[in-house]
Amino acid sequence: MSPKDQIETGWVGRATPRKEDDRLLKGGGRYVDDIEPARTLHAAFVRSMAANARITAIDVEAASRASGVRLVLTGTDIGDLNAPLPLLGGHPSLIAAKTQLPLAVDRVHYVGEAVVMVIADDRYLAEDAAALVRIDYDSLEAVVDLEQAATSATRVHDDVADNVAGVVRDRVGDPDAVFELAEHVERLHLSLERTGGMPMETRGVLADWDPREQVLHVWDSTQAPVAIKHGLCRLLKLSSEQVEVVAPDVGGGFGAKIMLFYPEEVLVPHAAMRLGRPVKWIEDRWEHFVSANQERGQTHEAEIAFDDDGKILAVRTTFVHDTGAYIPYGIAVPANTITHMLGQYRVEHYSAVATILYTNKPPVSPYRGAGRPHAVFVMERLICAVAQRLGLEPHEVRWRNLIPADAFPYDVGLTIDAPVRYDSGNYQEGMRKALIHLDPDGFRAEQASKRAEGKYLGMGMGCYIESSGPGPYEGCAARLTDAGTVVFDVATASQGQGHSTSFAQIAADAMGADIADVVVRGGDSGRVEFGIGTFGSRSLLLAGNAVATAAKALRDQLAAYVSELLECNPDDLVFADSRVSVAGTPSVSVSLAGIAALANAYGYPVVKPHDDDPQQFAALQVRAGAISAPPVFHADGYFGVGQQVFGSGVHAAIVEVDPAIGSVEVLKYVLVHDCGVVVNPVIVEGQVLGGLIQGLGGALLERLPFDEQGQPQATSFMDFRMMTVESVPEIVLDHVETRSPLNPLGVKGTGEAGVIPVSAVIAEAVEDALSPFDITITHMPLMPHEITQLIARSRVAVT
Amino acid sequence: MSSETAVSVRCTVNGEVVQRIVEARMLLSDFLRHELGLTGTHVGCEHGVCGACTVIVDGSSIRACLMFAAQVDDAEIETIESLAKDGALSPLQQAFHDQHGLQCGFCTPGILMSMTACLREPAPDREKLLETLGGHICRCTGYVGIKRAVDQVLDGADSVDRSTVEGAS
Amino acid sequence: MKPAQFDYVRPQSAAEAVRALAESDDCKVLAGGQSLVPLMNFRLAQPPLLVDINRLTELAGITEVDGALRIGAMTRTRRLETSALVTERIPVLAAAAHWVGHVQIRNRGTVGGSIAHGDPSAELPAMCVLLDAEMILVSSGGTRAVSAGDFFEGFLTTVVEPDELLTEVHIPIPAAGAVWGFSEYAQRAGDFALAGVGCVVDRHAGTAGLVAFGPSERPMRCPSAEEILRVDGLSLDRVSDVADAATADVVAATEAVDAEAVHRVATVRAMARKAVEQAVRMTGEQR
Ligand SMILES: Cc1cc2nc3c(=O)[nH]c(=O)nc-3n(C[C@H](O)[C@H](O)[C@H](O)COP(=O)(O)OP(=O)(O)OC[C@H]3O[C@@H](n4cnc5c(N)ncnc54)[C@H](O)[C@@H]3O)c2cc1C
Ligand code: FES
Ligand code: FES
Repeated sequence: MSPKDQIETGWVGRATPRKEDDRLLKGGGRYVDDIEPARTLHAAFVRSMAANARITAIDVEAASRASGVRLVLTGTDIGDLNAPLPLLGGHPSLIAAKTQLPLAVDRVHYVGEAVVMVIADDRYLAEDAAALVRIDYDSLEAVVDLEQAATSATRVHDDVADNVAGVVRDRVGDPDAVFELAEHVERLHLSLERTGGMPMETRGVLADWDPREQVLHVWDSTQAPVAIKHGLCRLLKLSSEQVEVVAPDVGGGFGAKIMLFYPEEVLVPHAAMRLGRPVKWIEDRWEHFVSANQERGQTHEAEIAFDDDGKILAVRTTFVHDTGAYIPYGIAVPANTITHMLGQYRVEHYSAVATILYTNKPPVSPYRGAGRPHAVFVMERLICAVAQRLGLEPHEVRWRNLIPADAFPYDVGLTIDAPVRYDSGNYQEGMRKALIHLDPDGFRAEQASKRAEGKYLGMGMGCYIESSGPGPYEGCAARLTDAGTVVFDVATASQGQGHSTSFAQIAADAMGADIADVVVRGGDSGRVEFGIGTFGSRSLLLAGNAVATAAKALRDQLAAYVSELLECNPDDLVFADSRVSVAGTPSVSVSLAGIAALANAYGYPVVKPHDDDPQQFAALQVRAGAISAPPVFHADGYFGVGQQVFGSGVHAAIVEVDPAIGSVEVLKYVLVHDCGVVVNPVIVEGQVLGGLIQGLGGALLERLPFDEQGQPQATSFMDFRMMTVESVPEIVLDHVETRSPLNPLGVKGTGEAGVIPVSAVIAEAVEDALSPFDITITHMPLMPHEITQLIARSRVAVT
Repeated sequence: MSSETAVSVRCTVNGEVVQRIVEARMLLSDFLRHELGLTGTHVGCEHGVCGACTVIVDGSSIRACLMFAAQVDDAEIETIESLAKDGALSPLQQAFHDQHGLQCGFCTPGILMSMTACLREPAPDREKLLETLGGHICRCTGYVGIKRAVDQVLDGADSVDRSTVEGAS
Repeated sequence: MKPAQFDYVRPQSAAEAVRALAESDDCKVLAGGQSLVPLMNFRLAQPPLLVDINRLTELAGITEVDGALRIGAMTRTRRLETSALVTERIPVLAAAAHWVGHVQIRNRGTVGGSIAHGDPSAELPAMCVLLDAEMILVSSGGTRAVSAGDFFEGFLTTVVEPDELLTEVHIPIPAAGAVWGFSEYAQRAGDFALAGVGCVVDRHAGTAGLVAFGPSERPMRCPSAEEILRVDGLSLDRVSDVADAATADVVAATEAVDAEAVHRVATVRAMARKAVEQAVRMTGEQR
């Protein structure tokens, strides 16, 4: 190893406290609604109250005359801009792709769809005026549940006869032939209900058109400010220099804030340009319930073929995926379901067919997990069915089918978007650790003794893989400042993932800098030209490696310069503790701050006094005068991977069910996960456990039901319950680390890991707890009344 | 006594006396954020459930989204901006930092205010603090770091058991 | 989610408040605001005039008079929960108060507000029904006392007229030796109950009360369960019978149309068991 590669600091892997905390803890966060330029006006929307209707009249007369109103816009008032919003990721399997208009004109497709925009002096007045808008509807039957969507003559879109947006399919081997001959086959009808990301900060957009600069400034609570910027340029016909989009502090996203585009993200900038005044719209919680994207709704007819030993021979699923009224994300969610179904198991014959259906509900786009929880739920339910049939423990069936550690890279054989190829993993190791923490044998004994006391305990498990890092790339711009700090600008925005800290750890190592000298900034399109956003567990993988790439390029520039200064070979330089020194002669060295001062001969007073030896430094100054080098050092780094990388994990839980009231208490939860190299264990822990608790809420509390007319039944936190601290179980978290060979840092994504298998785990655990009643859990989330109903149907009396 | 839509309010906010004429319907959360510029108080639901807007009024933690500014006439209000003294984090804030008790930080100010009020009560214990915390929703952290912060603030930093996080040392 | 415009008055005395209520047809009393303000923020309630009674200190407080606790309408739920007097005299009431939302809600919400709001899943109305409370209603026309049994009319409806102010609740103190139990189930701590049960049994006097709340449109006493408790007294052997009887009483009084409603009723049985078991345990402790 050359000295150049010897990095002594080693920030990666440390539980470095977060750099972003101080401000946030003092109330100094800067979220969109905290920003209020002078003369800001406020928008409110009139949203459809009907799920499926023709609009026969829109009367904005009274609203326009209401106190404090500055502008009222209907779809016809905004001309060409009222065209279908972009479709992300076209795909041949899309048959009839529909995206939303910024403002509905003569047809509405879900309760909550924006119809009229009202802009007034403050939000109170805007809401007053919005209440005066009259919309006449000619209501149609609503398409609500999936079976109805598939069979009914009622249409969500007039020109889509069967409500089918697309059909996605993939296959490996010849499952149909295997099913014909298989010894055993189990079939299950499985379904998951809708829920949503539900970040604590709602969406929000502020836009300000500066007529002197001819620049549009936008602050958007989005996961993808740079992508929003490029989209806005196109939609508003502005050049790249004319649009700046900043995602300031963002109070959570979980997928709900990466839509590209929500109507409001186009309309607010448009209104600001039209009025020549800043316009702000802050989504309220009711609006979030009816107009932010949702996810999860799927119904599967799944089958598994297996032999006497529990070896899985083939898996087949035919499922319908609820995309809501539009399909802004193309096939992303059902495609993930298909590609994640087989997970950690070696299955040679598999087919999946997804029919994507329109319904009169808010549009669907990825929510944390994005199709993967569905896959794991289906696969693990099937495994349970196998175990039941053969009288085996489910974990035994799992163990017998795991992909062995020597099989990587492992080609699954699926090719929807790109070949699915697991880069690395050690699934046995994960399972082994999980079983140690779970202690199934000990649990069975406890279960028996508790049952004698009339208590119902159960154990469940679930394995998953997590593809991460959807492309194409992320970018980073790095430079050494006058003060000797190193600033890294990335395009991705953080919604709490702590990028400023973990990316700084990567950069500090790559630069041999003290972490205090590293500043990472994200979420500002003005600082880095190209990049995409934070989603799909991709930021650390792509942006993190882009930071490392930029850091390395910057270090190479510095090495070239310093080697001239110190008259040595660049390979002999050691970067450590924010200094560069000659290997073997540590006394000959210069600090990063010193380098900045030397290179910029103009001699600004150095902002931060450098700690170089004055005499040595004076000598270096003389030499520096003779070197012709640019006065500043900066480098860009881009990173993309040709394929996704695959994290993995095993979750297991022990629950207690009270069959009298259908309550489920999670007593213990075990997670073992592998996200490759862990850059910051505390941040990873936060991501994984945050996901877990979201997943538990998703399994036991949260759902977004609709009545037959398509009216949403959960539009407040009174009806949509998220986990509170009181139901957090005892948690054991453990790791397996298999580096990804596909990126220099060896990392894999981890943003979604916590949530993916939770529904599967809880379903199995509850079913196990209630085994005396011989019930099968086929539907998630699991509400208390559903549990008592299942028990009542089983006709075994509760004792 | 006559009714009016505009009301004069004089109150103490973080030790400073403020006086404003407000519309009767202005929510306390909007008053703090938009009239006084104290944007550390967040708004997550405007129906009392999420807890993001929690501030201390006359010593008690309450939802600022369920009070009208008109109602705090003569009251003493404390917001998140008052917790750090001379830039130094309070022990509670420090515990949140040390134990990774926040991610996006949106829920954090409300939680800190509820817990600050609870810690001032006689004999605050773990149970009381966790129950108080139950009145808040955090969508990011899964509460694990927050629970450790509770332990730290009660028992000191050294006593916090991080053994749930095996392999993450 | 901003409230519609309204006029606002802040009377300094109950008499002034009553006068303000009399002057307008369509006004609302603003107590703790923990139920009213969410409705206003959703614009589901748009009262043109709010009469803010938070300054009426005369309406806040708990005193013992003639074998009853007099609880002022403006007494905060938190105060009820932590009051030494309540804990000593009517412990079931303090225990039930603890289940109302979370502390931040109880710090602000009031006893009178909860009772006047009349949510069928709420704890305090149920306690009023259990303990035979009497509500004092004052209007410009005079004062009337309404017993809890007559007070709650249905889902979020009570006998309180728009011009009436609920000033006080009188709750008779159960005999010193009476035992009690309280239990409720919500999917998540701090939520309104799916179902709950409270009971008070005075073995010496041979009286028993049992209230169920959640499934029915108002809190309801369960006469056949009470009958068993009264006649056979408290014993672990009869817990199941009491629970079954309570469930039967609720079934008779409600129309469980869907699975969720059926579940609520079934939950009454489990909660009745717990509450009665708690009371039985208490008899053991007293021996
Ligand atoms: C997040 C959250 C959780 C909650 N959880 C629970 C729970 O678990 N259990 C529970 O019981 N409650 C719960 N509540 C409701 C809470 O207890 C309310 O405080 C209570 O129901 C109403 O009391 P208030 O003083 O806030 O009344 P307000 O909201 O001010 O008024 C409620 C209604 O009563 C009328 N009113 C109030 N006082 C009087 C009076 N003196 N005379 C005549 N009319 C009057 C008002 O005009 C209004 O119509 C919860 C509330 C929230 C926000
Ligand atoms: S904003 Fe007040 S509780 Fe959510
Ligand atoms: S830190 Fe994001 S909601 Fe709590």
